[in-house]
Amino acid sequence: MSASGKHFFGALAALAAGLALLPLAVSNPYYLNVLNVVALNVLVVTGLNLLIGYAGQISLGHAAFFGLGAYISGILSGSYGWEPWLSLLAAALLVALVALVLGLPTLRLEGNYLVMATLGFNLIVSVFMVQLDDITGGPSGYTGIPSLSLFGQPIATDLSFYWLAWGAVILGLILARNLVHSRVGRGLKALHESPLAAAASGVPIEAYKVKVFVISAVYASVAGSLYAHYYGIITPATFDIFKSVELVTMCIVGGMGSLWGGLFGAALLTPLPQLLAVVEEYKDIFFGGILLVLLIFLPQGLVGWLEGKRVRSGGRAF
Amino acid sequence: MGFGDQLMQYVVSGLTTGAVYALVALGFCLIYNATRVVNFAQGDFLSLGGLMAYSLFVGAGLPMVLAFPLAVVAVALVGALMERLTIRPARSRQVLVLIFITIAASILMRGIFKHLWGKQALALPPLSPEVPLRLLGATLTPQNLWVLGITLVAIVALVWFFGRTLTGKAMRATAINPTAAALMGIDSHRMTMYSFALAGALGALAGVLITPITSLSYNVGVIIGLKGFAAAVLGGYGSFLGAVVGGLVLGLVESLTAGLISSVYKDAVAFVVLLLVLFLRPGGLLGVGGKERV
Repeated sequence: MSASGKHFFGALAALAAGLALLPLAVSNPYYLNVLNVVALNVLVVTGLNLLIGYAGQISLGHAAFFGLGAYISGILSGSYGWEPWLSLLAAALLVALVALVLGLPTLRLEGNYLVMATLGFNLIVSVFMVQLDDITGGPSGYTGIPSLSLFGQPIATDLSFYWLAWGAVILGLILARNLVHSRVGRGLKALHESPLAAAASGVPIEAYKVKVFVISAVYASVAGSLYAHYYGIITPATFDIFKSVELVTMCIVGGMGSLWGGLFGAALLTPLPQLLAVVEEYKDIFFGGILLVLLIFLPQGLVGWLEGKRVRSGGRAF
Repeated sequence: MGFGDQLMQYVVSGLTTGAVYALVALGFCLIYNATRVVNFAQGDFLSLGGLMAYSLFVGAGLPMVLAFPLAVVAVALVGALMERLTIRPARSRQVLVLIFITIAASILMRGIFKHLWGKQALALPPLSPEVPLRLLGATLTPQNLWVLGITLVAIVALVWFFGRTLTGKAMRATAINPTAAALMGIDSHRMTMYSFALAGALGALAGVLITPITSLSYNVGVIIGLKGFAAAVLGGYGSFLGAVVGGLVLGLVESLTAGLISSVYKDAVAFVVLLLVLFLRPGGLLGVGGKERV
């Protein structure tokens, strides 16, 4: 195993140990709930980071994939009586297909166009979630989604979901790391450094970009399904473009191209609105202001900034 | 009312909202050409224009002839200030980071608007008394004419500015080749600031014109802004003529779909058009852009 591999798995083990101990300190269901939402955001952001940090493409539509995962899984199990895990899987497959159809034509174009296409896609999905009220429950939301269960035990409490969600995060991080160190990952890295050299070396750039886009959408879909089965109720407002912006923000604030960055970004920004709820009236002003200052003065993100302080060579955090 | 009359009615209202989209799209183009950045705060310039005009007209009791231009100037200053305080000091020149700076600025601005003007819908009266006019079977309000007329004047003024004035030419030079322009002694920062100011003015113009037609509140600009953005893509991002054509076409398509098919999906139409254009003709109706491959 390479040095960076040891570094990654060492950090991962430390994270897992911390997570295992955390419920001993945190028993308040409210805090557990916040931690669970953090986990789901980390999952989406990890996928998104593969796209932004490695493929250099930005998506402002990941809340739509998150929402599609939630709605498809919720409706299949709620209205059609599917087994929740099977619905989750079906949602992931469908979302992968949608991402493929969306990604194939747009990823051939310059980065800005993917921003526009995904943003437009998110808006369309939002309109349909609201308007197809026979199926989706309309603006007030879809209710009655059954919980997931594992080994015959329903995952219905905040604590049991905590284990599931963070387990999914660990799994997601390992898969993401393997992807980054695979042929596709190396190809993307080469693309990032020098598109011309990568193309000249025979890297099938467009195919790789589409692949990563689909994978990142599946991360979002799975997180969305977990979200739906955890809460039992979903509303369109949860999956609008502002959520997409929030997700990319987590990526950027944490540090693009570093999987740990996604974790930091999500852990930092998820509870922020709740913390700022104390100053409800000034919430957006604070949030926008903090974000603005970070982007102006710390554009490489928190992890990138720490990395830069530590070492100048060797590239990324893992 | 016969089918033909109805159709004319949809065309009239489509062209009116289309003109507003065109103004917003022009704002997007100005900033894009100067910085290669999609300015997500463009819609907030629109909101601010309406809100400023409301405060000057209703709050300060100024006549509309004064309140309107003052609101436009105020938002132009806000635009310039935005460039000076956020884009210029940014440590990174990466387009991605700059785009996100505009998104953060947009969140911040909306927070400030909500704090200053509240959440409730405010109303701005039409620019002149509402005497409906008849034209080819359609009913035209004077506000329709104001929107179309002022948009036309704004476009002519822009064409004159970029074609005939030294500052306009300098801005164009910077957009085409910043390095060469800088060598000629053009201050590119200043030109970028002017672009933001002009984009602010155009947004405010759209805001004051549309508020008598739609409701006015702190976040009214978000959706209209995004539609203006779709219009800019439709026309060919970065092209001024494209922005105008894109805006008008989008307004028409939206109004006709709402009238002839269903108004339920009205807000989705613009974005379906956006996706279709990106898939089928990424350079837009007029542009040749979009093929800039990496």
